[in-house]
Amino acid sequence: MNLEKILFGFFILLALTLNFGFFIGDIDNPDHHDELELFAAIVVSLVATILKFGDRTHIGAVLLSTSLVADLHLIAAAVVWGLAANVGEDGVTSAAMASVVSLSGGALLANIASVVLLVIETVNIRR
Amino acid sequence: MAEVFIIFFRRMRAPLLVLIGAYSIAIVGLVMIPGVDEQGNPWRFDFFHAFYFVSFMASTIGFGEIPHDFSALQRMWTVVAIYLAVISWLYAIGTILSLIQDPVFRRAVAHRRFIGRVRALGEPFFIVCGCGESGRLLIKELARRNIRSVAMDAHQDALQDLELEDLPFEVPHLLGDASRPELLNTAGLTSPNCRGVLALTSDDHLNLKIAITTKLSNRHLMAVSTARTADTMANLASFNTDHIINPFYLFADHLARALHAPKSHLIYRWLVQSAGKPLREVKTPPRGTWILCGYGRFGKAVARYLNYEGIATVVIERDPEASGAPEGAVRGRGTEAVTLREAKIHQAAGIVAGTDDDANNLSILMTARDLKPDLYFVARENRLENNPLFHAAGVDFIMQSSRIVVGHIVSMIITPLMDRFLRQARHRDEEWAGRLLEQIRQVGEGFTPETWSVTIDDEESPAVLGSLAKGLDVTVDSLQRDPTERRRLLPTVALMLVRDDEEDLLPEGHTTLRPGDQLLFCGASGQQGRMQWAQNNEHVLHYLVTGTERAESAIWRHWLADRRRRRETGNPAEAD
Repeated sequence: MNLEKILFGFFILLALTLNFGFFIGDIDNPDHHDELELFAAIVVSLVATILKFGDRTHIGAVLLSTSLVADLHLIAAAVVWGLAANVGEDGVTSAAMASVVSLSGGALLANIASVVLLVIETVNIRR
Repeated sequence: MAEVFIIFFRRMRAPLLVLIGAYSIAIVGLVMIPGVDEQGNPWRFDFFHAFYFVSFMASTIGFGEIPHDFSALQRMWTVVAIYLAVISWLYAIGTILSLIQDPVFRRAVAHRRFIGRVRALGEPFFIVCGCGESGRLLIKELARRNIRSVAMDAHQDALQDLELEDLPFEVPHLLGDASRPELLNTAGLTSPNCRGVLALTSDDHLNLKIAITTKLSNRHLMAVSTARTADTMANLASFNTDHIINPFYLFADHLARALHAPKSHLIYRWLVQSAGKPLREVKTPPRGTWILCGYGRFGKAVARYLNYEGIATVVIERDPEASGAPEGAVRGRGTEAVTLREAKIHQAAGIVAGTDDDANNLSILMTARDLKPDLYFVARENRLENNPLFHAAGVDFIMQSSRIVVGHIVSMIITPLMDRFLRQARHRDEEWAGRLLEQIRQVGEGFTPETWSVTIDDEESPAVLGSLAKGLDVTVDSLQRDPTERRRLLPTVALMLVRDDEEDLLPEGHTTLRPGDQLLFCGASGQQGRMQWAQNNEHVLHYLVTGTERAESAIWRHWLADRRRRRETGNPAEAD
């Protein structure tokens, strides 16, 4: 057992679960999607990205790229939300909410890919 | 590029994690804590404003309490957040600074930059392995002729010295073992612009490996290598190294030539030496017994060549048995009067101070001069920086390994015609050499001349090709005439004409040129540029060949023809 491996798996999985938690619910209903959860998803996703830095293996490179995709989606979602809440005249409308949640849906796919890759790698090692 | 990024992010992992942690703690705290605005309404940070506030707070820019004045609890949390964030930033910046100074990282960056520079060269270049005295001198000589080079050396000091040289353009250089194939590849071995690899390190074995790598990766690439032992020379020759240079043999050969053909030797000196130096006569070495101090690789080469010339030598060597000195060798260094006397200095004609230590060589010279001032002094100069000392010591013949090597390489690869000329000139007698020396003396006006080659082709002399096609009789000396006054000859000497792969030394002035001819000239500095007038401008060449101006436009042509006709019909008054 290796603390680094535990942390690595933990953050990748946590990024997925938080992402999923935020994503689930009616797509255009702000009550079903928590701000804090999106924030947590972003932070955890960033941490997962940094943990993947500097891995020279092929699978490490693919893991890093899926993570970067997830970061990009989540940050885009946060920016859309921030714009709707602070700049737009109507506040967070259901249309704005829908685009935030669909962006996080994209991140969810990337995170799923990350976890699948992690599982494949683990299986290969444990054989 | 990849290495630089990987090293950077690997090192930045911990500081980035700390930063993200500090930011998220500060932001979440601010979002949670309730505040009261100026009207007494409760409010809370949203994530956007919290991130905004933390961003300027953490970087210590501090715009103030935005958007409303804070409550006491918010201020307490801000204090915590300030310390968290500022310390994390210090940690991150500290890591970046130490990373920039890290030798591994710097090397990765330098390597990356080197690859980029080599790729950007875009013109023919040579790879110079070994940036010692010879390597630097060679790079300088190449640069003077506008030829690019790429340098490699295993020692940082040598590369730093190279960087301090005053060169017209930047020479990309790499720290590393030049015999490693992948490093040679990054230096551009596989680049289509690479013209050859010059192995000039002080280690024979290393040179051998460099030459092998070069020949294996591209058979047609030129490989030049220095070698200091016969063993390595044979080894290098076995896989077709293009040029193998042994500075000791070269020098001994020059010395021997100075003995039996002093004038022919002087031609070599004057033409190969860099142009614009004062012409110096060389005292002819006397025949008689010579004393040889030091019987290493240098001493052996000199002894061999002197013996060819039928000159007896007395060897002074510190360890005669180990160095395999001939019988009758005197044990000692030669720096003391005792050993010199034992070697019968009073009967000697010349002395060679050939140890590998400059101080010892100078000491030998001084001692010998005290004992017998009229000796002929030959000295081996190991380091160029000691040159003024050797000149002050009044040495008649100085052996500078790096100058010999560089002069040889330059004449071989940069001016192959020169090399050909010198080879042919060796077979001529002293009378011929004497006449040529006199000509060089006249054109150079007391300085060593420049040498250059001219090919009669589309690129170098379009005017000559054009005029030949029109049936004009362009001769060698028509190129050498002064473009402003054809009766005057430019101070130049036509050294050689190569036609159909055959050399014609000192061609006659009235030899008619043919397309494809190659000519080698020497002359005072600046004459090459004046000669190019005739090579490039048909009107100038027409004037030089025929002595008449050719009209450049139709009206002028008509007017001139008219004038000429009138003059020919014998009516000078009307013509004027």
